[in-house]
Amino acid sequence: MLLQNWQVKLEKIFIPLAALIFSLFIFGIFCAAAGANPFEVYGSIYKAAFGSWYSFQNTLIRAAPLMLSSLCTALPAQLGLIIIGNEGALVIGGLAAVAMGLAIATLPPFAVQSAMAIASIIAGGLWIMAVGALRYYRGVNETISSLLLNYIAIAILNELVGGPMRDPSSLNKPSSYPILDINMLGNLPGTRIHYGLIYGIIACLIAYFLIQRTTFGFAVRTVGGNIRAAKIAGLPVGKLTLIICFLAGSCAGLAGMAEVAAVHGRANESLNSNYGYSGILVAFIARHNPLAAVLVSILLGGILASGGILQRSHNLPDATVLVFQGIVFLVILYSESLYGRLPFFKPSFRQQASKNLTTQV
Amino acid sequence: MATETIGWWGVPLAIIAGTIRGSAPFLFVSLGECLTEKSGKINLGLEGTLLLGAMSAYATSYLTGSPWLGVLMAGVAGMFLGLIHAFLVQQPKVNDIAVGIAMIIFGSGIAFFFGKPFIQPVAPRLPAIELGNWSDIPSVKAALQISPLFILGLAIAPLMQWFFRSTRWGLFIRAVGDSPEAAKAMGISVNKVRMLAIIAGSFLAGIGGAYLSLYYPGSWTERISSGQGLMAVALVIFARWNPVQCLYASLLFGGSQAIGPALQSVGVTGYYYLFNASPYILTLLIMIITCSPKRTLSGVPGALTTQN
Repeated sequence: MLLQNWQVKLEKIFIPLAALIFSLFIFGIFCAAAGANPFEVYGSIYKAAFGSWYSFQNTLIRAAPLMLSSLCTALPAQLGLIIIGNEGALVIGGLAAVAMGLAIATLPPFAVQSAMAIASIIAGGLWIMAVGALRYYRGVNETISSLLLNYIAIAILNELVGGPMRDPSSLNKPSSYPILDINMLGNLPGTRIHYGLIYGIIACLIAYFLIQRTTFGFAVRTVGGNIRAAKIAGLPVGKLTLIICFLAGSCAGLAGMAEVAAVHGRANESLNSNYGYSGILVAFIARHNPLAAVLVSILLGGILASGGILQRSHNLPDATVLVFQGIVFLVILYSESLYGRLPFFKPSFRQQASKNLTTQV
Repeated sequence: MATETIGWWGVPLAIIAGTIRGSAPFLFVSLGECLTEKSGKINLGLEGTLLLGAMSAYATSYLTGSPWLGVLMAGVAGMFLGLIHAFLVQQPKVNDIAVGIAMIIFGSGIAFFFGKPFIQPVAPRLPAIELGNWSDIPSVKAALQISPLFILGLAIAPLMQWFFRSTRWGLFIRAVGDSPEAAKAMGISVNKVRMLAIIAGSFLAGIGGAYLSLYYPGSWTERISSGQGLMAVALVIFARWNPVQCLYASLLFGGSQAIGPALQSVGVTGYYYLFNASPYILTLLIMIITCSPKRTLSGVPGALTTQN
């Protein structure tokens, strides 16, 4: 039994690692075909992502919104719902944060920042809660409705920053009025990393605790495991669906707030920068485990951070990083199917034999 | 502009013109997705297929001078992505939604990577069939310029309907999509049928990409697709997994996307972005009205409602 446990744990480390190495290998072939030296490219990616404290900060800045956005998929997945509305909730959260930040700009900065965070949490939460409500009360497929809501959110963003919220001085790229500098989220002391990273890590920790260590989380996982059994056991499936969807959306909304209040300073189309769609993949690759999502976000943040250097020092197009991201994700998703199939990690024959014996008796 | 001479009549005319021009990509991706989903799998990655198709078509047309060869290459490029998708989604424990999103990133990455040198040059475009020569009004003429690809799509929709209803292979695909166990018992190879259906569906989506870059808008840029590929999944639900209804749905979506620009051309600029989002709002509303928690949607392939 102990041996088996050890093998399962080793498998959980070995398979993702092997997948990562294999995807680096495929990407290396791709780079070689494109006329770049793969080993130099690996070196550059490592240097740009994790090589120094300076570059690691870049990685962490990109990882912060990914952590929050991935929870928007990871939490409902515990209930058995596949929600891909991260982008929409992020955009709506960012919009709500800017609107709040502009409305009460003269209050003390801490009050403004808190109000912006709360506004984004509520707006994003309600946005995804609508998806959960449609699913539970009308039977509307949550994957499709959340996908549609992404487009609707982006349209609302464009409409508002192009019209009612538009700062007339933003000519080329319609934007809202900027948030006052004193109301912006600052950086962690001594770094260039904004407080969004702390939000992300805390949110992932809370999510993990909530799902794994509370009665609420147990109820949610029960519904996710077998909805009919959960109903017979008297669990309030509708209420759980709405709460989980609200929490999921509020995390993505908070990511939007961190993006506007720490990075962009105003709402415009840069808010819609694919952190939402990448967050979905982070959630799937982390197998919907919030703690694993922190690690996967940092890994992906590193890949995203290396985009510039591939272009500058290897003369590769900026889409190279997109290809790399695609290869890594496809290979890791494929590796999911290998669990329990590799002979090395299978329980030994002796155990099999003893099992057979007990069943015969 | 011609709309000045015909006044407000320009609005419906522009919508009709926009419908004819804008619905073909929707038509191809939704037919491709319909074929895929009938076999019991979802391909959310058609956005990447559309982009790679658009790039391959444009590049081939530029390099060889033949836009029709470009259309063929777009389909082949689509099949390449379809092959990867089909292989991955058939592995145990691999989620087709996640693979779809990864395929969007991979497909668009490949398209942008190889498409960079082709953003500047001008490639020969597909010819149009002029059906409006009887009219003297230029905007009527322009509205009745029809792409041969659109006509091809018009023909494929009923053909696919017939294929599902009346052919042996159509029955195989429906059987695999509705009940893989039963299909297996009939001696059909579920893997092979799904593989072929996904690859053929991606071929169609690739051709939709060729329409984008070689006919309308008719150039290759990284923002050429405005989410038509992602919408395919919603369109197919909207069309209840029926190819002929995919055609109607595509016309509706193409038409509602034309409302915003048409109103803008007569000076109504308010709510431009919201009009552009009208297909999404419309789909959501129709889903809310027609869905019910008590039964599954009519026409849905059985394997889509269960996890397998």
